[in-house]
Amino acid sequence: MTEAVHVIDRFMRTNHLPHIWCPGCGNGIVINALIRAIDNAKLKKEEVVVAAGIGCSGRAAGYLNFCGFQPTHGRAIPFGTGVKIANPDLKVIVITGDGDCTSIGGNHFIHAARRNIDLTVIVFNNSNYGMTGGQYSPTTPLGAKTSTSPYGHIEDSFDICELAKTAGATYIARSSTYHIVLTIRYLEKAIKHKGFSVVEVICACPTLFGRFNKLGDATQMMLQQKEQAIQFKKAQKMSSEDLKDKIIIGELYENIQKPEYTDAYQKVIDKAQKEEN
Amino acid sequence: MVKKTVRIMTGNDACSEAAIVAGCRFFAGYPITPASEIAEVCSQLLPKVGGKFIQMEDEIGSMGAIIGASLAGTKSMTATSGPGFSLMQENLGVAVICEIPCVVVDVMRVGPSSGIATTPSQGDFMQSRWGTHGDHPIIVLVPSTVREVYDLTIRAFNLAEKYRTPVILLSDAVIGHMSEKIEIPDNSEIEIVNRKKPTVSIKKYLPYSTDESKVPQMASFGDGYIWYTTSIIHDETGFPATAEPKTATQLIDRLHEKIEDNLEDIIQVEKYLIDDADIVLIACGSVARSAHSAVDKAREEGIKVGLLRPLTLWPFPENEIIKNKKDKKLFIVCEMNRRQIYHKVKEVVGGNLPVKYVNEYNGKLITPQEILSKIEEEI
Repeated sequence: MTEAVHVIDRFMRTNHLPHIWCPGCGNGIVINALIRAIDNAKLKKEEVVVAAGIGCSGRAAGYLNFCGFQPTHGRAIPFGTGVKIANPDLKVIVITGDGDCTSIGGNHFIHAARRNIDLTVIVFNNSNYGMTGGQYSPTTPLGAKTSTSPYGHIEDSFDICELAKTAGATYIARSSTYHIVLTIRYLEKAIKHKGFSVVEVICACPTLFGRFNKLGDATQMMLQQKEQAIQFKKAQKMSSEDLKDKIIIGELYENIQKPEYTDAYQKVIDKAQKEEN
Repeated sequence: MVKKTVRIMTGNDACSEAAIVAGCRFFAGYPITPASEIAEVCSQLLPKVGGKFIQMEDEIGSMGAIIGASLAGTKSMTATSGPGFSLMQENLGVAVICEIPCVVVDVMRVGPSSGIATTPSQGDFMQSRWGTHGDHPIIVLVPSTVREVYDLTIRAFNLAEKYRTPVILLSDAVIGHMSEKIEIPDNSEIEIVNRKKPTVSIKKYLPYSTDESKVPQMASFGDGYIWYTTSIIHDETGFPATAEPKTATQLIDRLHEKIEDNLEDIIQVEKYLIDDADIVLIACGSVARSAHSAVDKAREEGIKVGLLRPLTLWPFPENEIIKNKKDKKLFIVCEMNRRQIYHKVKEVVGGNLPVKYVNEYNGKLITPQEILSKIEEEI
């Protein structure tokens, strides 16, 4: 038995496959990376809880063989917050999409980042709402065509990683489904990080976003990820003009000094109980 | 001899303290008048017993967080008022369909929308029943005194655990902020119910398989059982099963039946001078206090009036009304809203008996005199 089969056997509910995603969708690549990262981080499956949002990415939780749940659209972070505070020994991983995380769930995302609660948030960013038919999301680029921007999108998009950094997240990385080795590495680091960690993975949606914008098939969209990617260190030396239409990948931010929420709350308990005695 | 403690406390304080006695170890909430004191007291008391408190970014998050904590095995509660209760409806549905025990306190104020923040109302009677979308059962308890806030908060946790359902405690601005002298029962006298844990092995555990109780055993995230739940219609494995209409029917029916099969256990009503009464008042919460006085005043005048007071508003105590309608001449429904329960009472009483009403929905309490005037007008 090869190593790969072994990881899949342990961490995936193979009886729930095949998955529901379209041919060429990047989501499968991301969960593949995730189970390898969990394995590299040497976590036992009993220690992991996966909370997922609603949307294409949200279905990933059901294929993963951990305790998991899929509540309401955009709310996986507050549900995960409750799990984590109730049992800080658990590793809570939130699976979410660009719309789920930064539109309907945007408020939860920034406040969880501000608290620096130990959740690992994986954002499957495919630039649109795939599950509902390819409408524009907060990460749809200006000018792009979607099923609700047939004349071209007129809104600016969010930079999810910048948003997370400004809000207070303490480990932030961006990768793509093309950069699978990096994705595994960043996810492992995010999982091991004590604090609010965010890994944004650029993910192709050839069926909708790709088709609406004539980006070619899945392979061509992944090659575009390769062509557009600029490593963070290199990007720091480039002008904003040169960075236009580029995707900055890499470990964008890390802060191991800021106290983590459940640790800080344990100090509250200690203080309250000391005063009581 | 069992030790009894006598204290003066507000309804909101009683709610927080009783929650901790009931075993609540997690509170998530968002500030709102007239419920904020429940959060404040929880933030002070919970860490002393090793519990946790968090002020979330909004009521949607608060409701989500208490469900998450309950999934991890911790009894949990949130408290709010109308505007926040509206925001909680979305995730309240998750607690219903995923069968996650939790307690939601709504200290009612005048609505709609921001309404009047500081004055009492019973405008959420129907929202507590039908606020979240889709067919669902719900248990709603309505206290009339500070002592009852204490008792019903504990009962809310017990029912939530026993039936794996969210339970709503409907207080109001008067009950929440009013101070009363109450006798706090000793903890040894209080029954505490905990959810049924799995009795089967980890390998054999099916999170939504049930016995005749129709209430599934609940593992906690982190205790070794690997299980999954979703707000999507699911089968006994907990995974989505939307292709087969039968699965949806079975789930939705079972959610209702686990409550409907146990109405005697769940429904509490108080009857005051009902037996010989010609006229029956129906009132609950703070309005029942005025109705109680109105009964006494009417009796002084020789008018035979009684009071039927639901402590459980939902499921609605239909049988209690039907049982007590014999030989009665009139029902009068007194409520601080624009006739929400009146229509329910009319439906239950049927066409043969008149049902009248006394209402205020402007922040003014209904006085005993107003009810007495209505009684005098009708005889």
